[in-house]
Amino acid sequence: MQKRNAPSTLSTLPHGRVATILNVLGPRLIAMRLMEMGLVPGASISVVRSAPLGDPIQIKLRDYHLALRRTEAALINVALAD
Amino acid sequence: MPQLKMSAVPSQSLSTLSVAIAGNPNAGKTSLFNALTGLRQRIANYPGVTVEATQGLWYLDDRSPVAVVDLPGLYSLNATSIDEQIACDTLVGSGERYESSISPDVIIVAIDATNLTRNLYLATQVIELGRPTVVALTMFDLALRNGIQINVPLLAEALGVPVVPVVARRLIGIDALASAVKKVAGQIRGSVSATRIDDALTIRKDELLDRYQQIDSLVSRVLTQKKTEGLTRTERIDAVLTHRIFGPLILIAVVLFVFQMIFSWANLPMNLIDGGFAALSRTIRTTFPTGIFTDLLADGVIAGVGGVLVFLPQILLLFLFIAILEESGYMARAAFLMDRLMRTVGLDGKAFLPLVMSFACAVPAIMATRTIQSTKDRITTIMIAPFMSCSARLPVYTLMIASCFSNQKTFGFISTGALIILAMYLLGISTAIIVAWVFKHSILKAPSAAFVMELPVYRIPSISNVFHTMLSRAGLFVKRASTVILAASILLWALAAFPRSTGSSSVTASEQVSNSYAGRAGRLMEPLIAPLGFDWRIGIGLISSFAARETIVSTLGVVYNVGNEEQEQSGSLVNAMVNARKADGSRMWTPLVGLSLMVFFVLACQCMSTLAVVRRETNSWRWPLFMVSYMLVLAYLGSLITFQGGRLLGFN
Repeated sequence: MQKRNAPSTLSTLPHGRVATILNVLGPRLIAMRLMEMGLVPGASISVVRSAPLGDPIQIKLRDYHLALRRTEAALINVALAD
Repeated sequence: MPQLKMSAVPSQSLSTLSVAIAGNPNAGKTSLFNALTGLRQRIANYPGVTVEATQGLWYLDDRSPVAVVDLPGLYSLNATSIDEQIACDTLVGSGERYESSISPDVIIVAIDATNLTRNLYLATQVIELGRPTVVALTMFDLALRNGIQINVPLLAEALGVPVVPVVARRLIGIDALASAVKKVAGQIRGSVSATRIDDALTIRKDELLDRYQQIDSLVSRVLTQKKTEGLTRTERIDAVLTHRIFGPLILIAVVLFVFQMIFSWANLPMNLIDGGFAALSRTIRTTFPTGIFTDLLADGVIAGVGGVLVFLPQILLLFLFIAILEESGYMARAAFLMDRLMRTVGLDGKAFLPLVMSFACAVPAIMATRTIQSTKDRITTIMIAPFMSCSARLPVYTLMIASCFSNQKTFGFISTGALIILAMYLLGISTAIIVAWVFKHSILKAPSAAFVMELPVYRIPSISNVFHTMLSRAGLFVKRASTVILAASILLWALAAFPRSTGSSSVTASEQVSNSYAGRAGRLMEPLIAPLGFDWRIGIGLISSFAARETIVSTLGVVYNVGNEEQEQSGSLVNAMVNARKADGSRMWTPLVGLSLMVFFVLACQCMSTLAVVRRETNSWRWPLFMVSYMLVLAYLGSLITFQGGRLLGFN
């Protein structure tokens, strides 16, 4: 079980829970692309579902949906909002 | 540097302005472009690369047409793919940097009203370039329906450029857009300086975050959204279409449906085209005097053109379905569902549908790989696409099974033929998997880029958009592929027609072929193909099959002297093959020979249309030549192992 408000990454965020992005790590090119797509610190984000084989995941931020692999999702640190 | 010359636009001399439409993927750029230009458009390729450039003419008022180009979608001026690079170059387009690339007089940035924040990221970057810019606020009706209210005057004031709400499909806002474009044309909002462009292209992290912060504060001022209860329409559809269990089942059903349509609906027009060209060829034979020119026209030119056009119904249908899948938003869901599986061979989910389409025909499938962003992934997908057993292999399988495995049953009730065909499909798939893995870990190795894919809002595809896409892509195929194929079929015809056997009246077609260059080549290569179980007759068939796989059937018909009419005479071809004997009196077409030949046909790239389209899509001869060579090596080895291995096991 995860502690409330404990920082974690997007790849371990339980489905349906809203979180806030803390920061985006990883290689510059990948981190920049993720942020340009709107995954910036402070943005609210939630995991909608996983693909049938568990990866990639479908995420919702602002009002749009993105598909993201777990390896990239693991670069995004989030804190559960509540 | 890739460049785009606008001279290709019809009656360009009339146009007074040039306009580029930029925007995020799925922001409604293409709908807007179609609304502006109607049918006055054409797709061309940017020289040197494979990115499509759609250009057209827009009549702003009754007098002055404007040249419009629909740029590839991009998320920021920080390009990560060749498509984005080209769009970016055109937007930035300064003469000293990219010689003679177009520099649009006006930029229209399409921004999706339902997704304002992220779309404004690109829009503000473009506006800051200082060129005359108009913002088209697309899908305004959808935004209203979702309870989104946008204060347009306030947004325009904050951005410093005109903002025009449009509903492209219903041509709402087009006139307002025209007057806005006319108003800003010629205005230079500040100078387009080189330093400014450099700033735009080297985006730093703090600038990025700063920009998003400003956009967030702007959006909070101009946008009010009613609290929506429950899920949106797209979310409800997604709950089914990307469901853990229903998602894959629906995907399988969609693929099966497309297959069924391609095989059954395309059959009738294909037969008509085939029959039409056969009739034309006969008419030419009866109208013109017998001679070399008539032969060239009937067997070289007409057969060559017919060989290309016969694929057109399948290509049109496949493009129709692909356009519908893309327009509706389902394509991204299919990629989402299949990504994990495709990753085991080093590809991403976007490679799935093109590969599935290859079971019908590799030509449109290779053209469909354009949705794959990474160039190396795209080339890997193209390289393995021909391993999927396409429809042209079926006549070959059928002939082999009929003449080598007459009505055998396995375990007493399963038709051996069906099992063998299944085995051939599986052989193709497993070879493709291995080859993709090898390529991705050697010559096409690439650092994995981020797989971030937008799952766009579901939309009912617009009929006009779908037909525009389908027709322009098919037209491109016919135009580019036909020249290469025509040249090659004339060459192959000449190989079989020369030198002329003398004593014209008594020479049968089979004697002519066996004495021709092709026949001599067949005999010459017999020592090479004998270890595969093939004789010189099959050698001739192999040579001719490099035009198109199914050609081997008609070539064997000629070689065994059973006449040209494939349909009616195929029975007698099977008889001739069953009765064919080797010099020692044993059967020529044993099951092992049939199997060896089928394996060869699974693995070899015997299709000029495929090579022509690979040449076009990769823009070099390097990849098609590599493709035909490595597949030929694999085919030879595969056949060798099949035949020699079979003999070791005691078959013959």
